[in-house]
Amino acid sequence: MASDILQFLLYGALLTLLAWPLGLYMARLFSGERVLLTPLLAPAERALYRACGVAADGPGQHWTRYARSVLAFNLAGWLILYAILRLQHLLPWNPQGLPPMSPDLAFNTAVSFVTNTNWQAYGGETTLSYFSQMVGLTVQNFLSAGTGIAVGAAVIRGFFARESRGLGNFWVDLTRSVLYLLLPLSIVGALLLVWQGVPQNLLHYVEATTLEGGNQLIAQGPAASQIAIKQLGTNGGGFFNANSAVPYENPTPLSNLLEMLAILLIPAAFCFMFGRMVKDMRQGVAIFAAMAILFVAALALTYGAELQGNALFAHLPIDQAAGNLEGKEVRFGVGNSALWATATTAASNGSVNAMHDSFTPLGMLAPLLLIQTGEVVFGGVGSGFYGMLAFVLLAVFLAGLMVGRTPEYLGKKIEAREVTLAILAFLVMPLGVLVFGALAAVLPAGAGSILNHGPHGLSEILYAYSSATGNNGSAFAGFNANVPFHNVLQGIAMLLGRYGFIVPMLAVAGSLAGKKTVPASAGTFPTHGPLFVGLLVATILILGGLTFFPALALGPVAEQAALLAGQTF
Amino acid sequence: MLSQIRPALVMMTVMLLLTGVAYPLGVTALAQLVFPDQAHGSLVERDGRVIGSRLVGQPFAGAGYFHPRPSAAGAGYDAAASGGSNLGPTSSALLARVNAAAGRLSDEAGGLPVPVDLVTTSGSGLDPDISPAAAQFQAPRVAGARGLTLLQVRRLVRAQTAGRTFGLFGEPRVNVLQLNLALDALTATGEPPPTD
Repeated sequence: MASDILQFLLYGALLTLLAWPLGLYMARLFSGERVLLTPLLAPAERALYRACGVAADGPGQHWTRYARSVLAFNLAGWLILYAILRLQHLLPWNPQGLPPMSPDLAFNTAVSFVTNTNWQAYGGETTLSYFSQMVGLTVQNFLSAGTGIAVGAAVIRGFFARESRGLGNFWVDLTRSVLYLLLPLSIVGALLLVWQGVPQNLLHYVEATTLEGGNQLIAQGPAASQIAIKQLGTNGGGFFNANSAVPYENPTPLSNLLEMLAILLIPAAFCFMFGRMVKDMRQGVAIFAAMAILFVAALALTYGAELQGNALFAHLPIDQAAGNLEGKEVRFGVGNSALWATATTAASNGSVNAMHDSFTPLGMLAPLLLIQTGEVVFGGVGSGFYGMLAFVLLAVFLAGLMVGRTPEYLGKKIEAREVTLAILAFLVMPLGVLVFGALAAVLPAGAGSILNHGPHGLSEILYAYSSATGNNGSAFAGFNANVPFHNVLQGIAMLLGRYGFIVPMLAVAGSLAGKKTVPASAGTFPTHGPLFVGLLVATILILGGLTFFPALALGPVAEQAALLAGQTF
Repeated sequence: MLSQIRPALVMMTVMLLLTGVAYPLGVTALAQLVFPDQAHGSLVERDGRVIGSRLVGQPFAGAGYFHPRPSAAGAGYDAAASGGSNLGPTSSALLARVNAAAGRLSDEAGGLPVPVDLVTTSGSGLDPDISPAAAQFQAPRVAGARGLTLLQVRRLVRAQTAGRTFGLFGEPRVNVLQLNLALDALTATGEPPPTD
């Protein structure tokens, strides 16, 4: 236990130490200043803008135009990915001769990767050719992350722009996030992963004759290049079916540490990027602190529950000192599995190094709640931060109600329009989780996919629809998601969760950008101190927690009661 | 919307070539050059034949070999269909499976409690490792089947145990394939092989 806590502390320290300078780098990058790679990449960048017919300099796009660019680009990405998945049997790099995806699965998968969800209703090594993995999925791993980062930067600009109409240019933001941020980090990350043992080849699956004389077919592929970006871009879709639990995706404790750092690196850096861009680092640190508090609380709950092991094994001749190891790898144990589960659901990453379906009831509660509160604890690249800003607006609005003043944030008056839009974005999660989830639970076409019965079955449905709407992508993998009903309904949930959040938040930013900045007065509520951090944490817990508590009571909480009563299903 | 078509198409084409072709192929070329063994899957050969990968667990059933954890990948250790059992904590199927395995293993070991990793399936179904406790638990059976002394086998397990990385990260563990290869070498020569 002491060694686990030491690892948690080291992880937190390393993450902060890496995210701080990266945040400053990103602030320079998205302010159009020179950065380290500018001399190398600027000529190619300018040529690309010319080819696109985009004006890189200038006042930037109005929020409606920015949103249209996002939608047009994502639509183009969806069309190409759908075509690749449907035609993979005709395309090259398919040494195993895998057939095309079914239309509903291809729809679901294409939506999933374009929306940065990376939900996998399929098993990678049994379904996808190397062409589909590289030219299809790896591309969207970059571009959906780039889209999130671009929108994040645009929303932040709205908070400090002074009576301006522009939020920046989507094409420029996208290009910079891919060229200057994601691609260099991915190349380094991929090589580090290969060093640790992640394969990177285009070969046939290997046929081995095992020591006892059996046959073992071992899947291969260009895994490292995809895994590096899947973690950095909070994508999370695995190259192999069991994701980062598979030794080929995550062979060692060191690869595990690197991947966990990659999951939260850019989301955490967004806090410091924000602080630098609004020229008040304390604002960024306050948001970072609120996120860190929620993260530690979730980790403590998950780790504590998993360490207890399964109460039903207590009477069996088993030494359970290592905790609940069903669905976990020996090299990671309970400590690194709990840390990963917290990180991957705090972010909208969704990769797993242990099977969440086999977590203890209280161990699965925190990951589920982290997704349902909208993944604002660090969150997805870009999306976590603009999601958190929605909660910030609601927190200052509540503070304003309490003291009877028009709320302000960073000198901008927060008025009915902004609060309405923030609430609109907030309502996406309850709609996707509770309404769609309820449909899936009562319709036979939906409920037939459950693997585990009793309260755990409801948890499987809740998790699936939380994961889809929250664009997380992790799963209770026993749930058979690959049926037309779920492929379509979850596809819709993913679209809703992505664009139902992006568009209102861009509208908020557009509205704020046009406002005057008023100087702080004695009556201004400071948004950088412990009081604000506490208020923000409480807002997230109350709004997020209360919305989902009744459903959670019927799922994980009921299962915990059953477990303690010794009941099985 | 029409004004967005040109940048969308040009940008998509360029990014597709850059991140979908140049990036993975470039990384593949670099990886093959710098880390050829790992890039090809860390395969293990004996007598010129591929017997597996040191990163991928494989099944062992004979009494003279150390056994890996139970596996839910395909029919067991199917390295082209990774996966866990995904059974929930209150699943009666899980309880029945664990109960049967724990009873059998504990009986074989004279009633000792079974380390939990030996009765639970891993997340990938391809876990290459077992805990040091799970290896020591099997040492008497292996020593008996091989005609080795218990001390010899226990020493071998200790020599094959990997500690935490840098003394800090991950869990202590024993790679089952490498342990069994070392065991074969020990049986053949009477000497434990040099450890790396």
